[in-house]
Amino acid sequence: MTAISRGALFAILLLAMAVLAIASLSAGKMWVPWSAWFAAVDDPRWTIVFELRLPRTVLAIAVGMALGASGAALQGYTRNPLADPGILGVSSMAAFGAVMTLYLGMSVTFPWLLPVGAMLGAFIGVGTLLLLSGSASSLLTFVLAGMVLNTLSTAGVALALNLAPTPWAVNEIVNWLMGSLADRSVEEVRMALPFIAVGCAILFTMPRALDALTLGEAGARSLGISMERTRLWLALGVCLAAGASVAVTGVIGFVGLVTPHLLRPLVGSRPGALLLPSALAGAVIVLAADIIVRLMPSAAELKLGVAMAAIGGPFFLMLLINLRRKAA
Amino acid sequence: MSSLTVRDVHVRLGHKQVLAGVSAMFAPGQITCVVGPNGAGKSTLLTLLAGLRKPDSGEVRVDDAHIGALPPRIRAQRIGYLPQIPEVAWAIDVRTLVGLGRTPYIGARGLTAADDAIVDRAMENAGIAAMANRDVTSLSGGERARALIGRALAGEPEWLLADEPLTGLDPGYQLEVTALFRRMAGNGCGVIVTLHDLHMALRMADRVIVLAEGRVLADDTPMRALAPAILTQAYGVETRFWDGAAGPVIEIVGGRG
Repeated sequence: MTAISRGALFAILLLAMAVLAIASLSAGKMWVPWSAWFAAVDDPRWTIVFELRLPRTVLAIAVGMALGASGAALQGYTRNPLADPGILGVSSMAAFGAVMTLYLGMSVTFPWLLPVGAMLGAFIGVGTLLLLSGSASSLLTFVLAGMVLNTLSTAGVALALNLAPTPWAVNEIVNWLMGSLADRSVEEVRMALPFIAVGCAILFTMPRALDALTLGEAGARSLGISMERTRLWLALGVCLAAGASVAVTGVIGFVGLVTPHLLRPLVGSRPGALLLPSALAGAVIVLAADIIVRLMPSAAELKLGVAMAAIGGPFFLMLLINLRRKAA
Repeated sequence: MSSLTVRDVHVRLGHKQVLAGVSAMFAPGQITCVVGPNGAGKSTLLTLLAGLRKPDSGEVRVDDAHIGALPPRIRAQRIGYLPQIPEVAWAIDVRTLVGLGRTPYIGARGLTAADDAIVDRAMENAGIAAMANRDVTSLSGGERARALIGRALAGEPEWLLADEPLTGLDPGYQLEVTALFRRMAGNGCGVIVTLHDLHMALRMADRVIVLAEGRVLADDTPMRALAPAILTQAYGVETRFWDGAAGPVIEIVGGRG
């Protein structure tokens, strides 16, 4: 049963996104009212809005969409409501890839290496997942495979920290790992946006395959879906979208887990119908969380990744308890 | 006339030779039952016919074309397949489930008005129109089985392959599903089902293929293929026919022990 019409759902999500985007440009340590947006170019407030907050807002939307769409696609493919780039270890593999470039100090001379490292890490992560789980893709194998990836990448990152040449490098890595949208510039937007756009575009072509997968792999194949192509598309889409996101913001977990879950009842549980709304809602959640983080009255700004983990952890627990209740 | 053919197919799974040289030709407008003891290769044969698995040697043809040479979409339009363990992962409603049967026909825009009409008709034929808006997870076993058959009907296949479609259904639903297959065959569809229940095979089939240890033991009319001598050879049990009120009945007189 579709609780509300698709048009209404999109309208609500887009409206929420627009309102939050405006709020995101205005809110922060210094409140910039709407009227001051188009003040003279030499006005400091212009700089705040367009050079600090605009990139941050654009990235919040892009990263939210990437994580929301990746989560929805992974859940649809695995037929598992617990799938998410974070839990399945894709994000931490991306982080590991990025940290390697930070550790080796290559990202200073070649800034573009960091996103490449992140996407490579993400690709290895998704690829390993799909290989490990194979055709017997039970809930358990996926979560266990994710655990293995998470453990390995955490160990890799710890090793990089352990062997880091300078305290400065350690600081940079740790800061970056916590996941944040603060102080991102147009550079980062330029670096991540194309990859996120292509990744999302690939994921958005998948509704037919994801819907058919509701009937399991044999069912989907008998409906003419090529599993090889579906796997390749999924791996490419998630590694570009989630990998590029991690590259510019660090690990922001749980968006991909929470968003599809919240929207599923509203689209009649069809995994394909969940992709686009999930991307929009992901943008809404990241925008809202980022505004809240900025307004928190703390000396140092709370990191977005930390805040999302604080919200997402209990949510994950609730989901597990609900699943258990259903199984019992 | 269209046909579905396997010629001398061999399949090996691990150490086990599951199919060892099976040849058979299937005809449209008929119900063919494939029976045989556990592990005889029934399900494997069906996955070959559905084009979901390649034989190690031998070939599977649809009309004159190699099944592997058909584009997946075309193959899926022509051959419907109901897996043995039906999986429905999400709590979608029955209408959406039946609509999935249109997957091989739809483009990026999803179901068209024509598709919707076909879905309606499929639900009507499968007797599930009344539960169109119900959540699949809330259905009983029998309702679920009919919903899945409705999904196969929506694909308007020339061939319907069903792996153990009667398992777990009570006698009333078994007869209902059997009647549904009969109607499909009446409309020209070639229906191929694997069964454990010899009696149901005798009752519903136009033709029965008995598989044992990966080989065809008999391929004939139900009365001849399920004759006591063949069943003894296949299952190691002693049987005889009885004249029942609704036709002949197979009685198992004695077993291996």
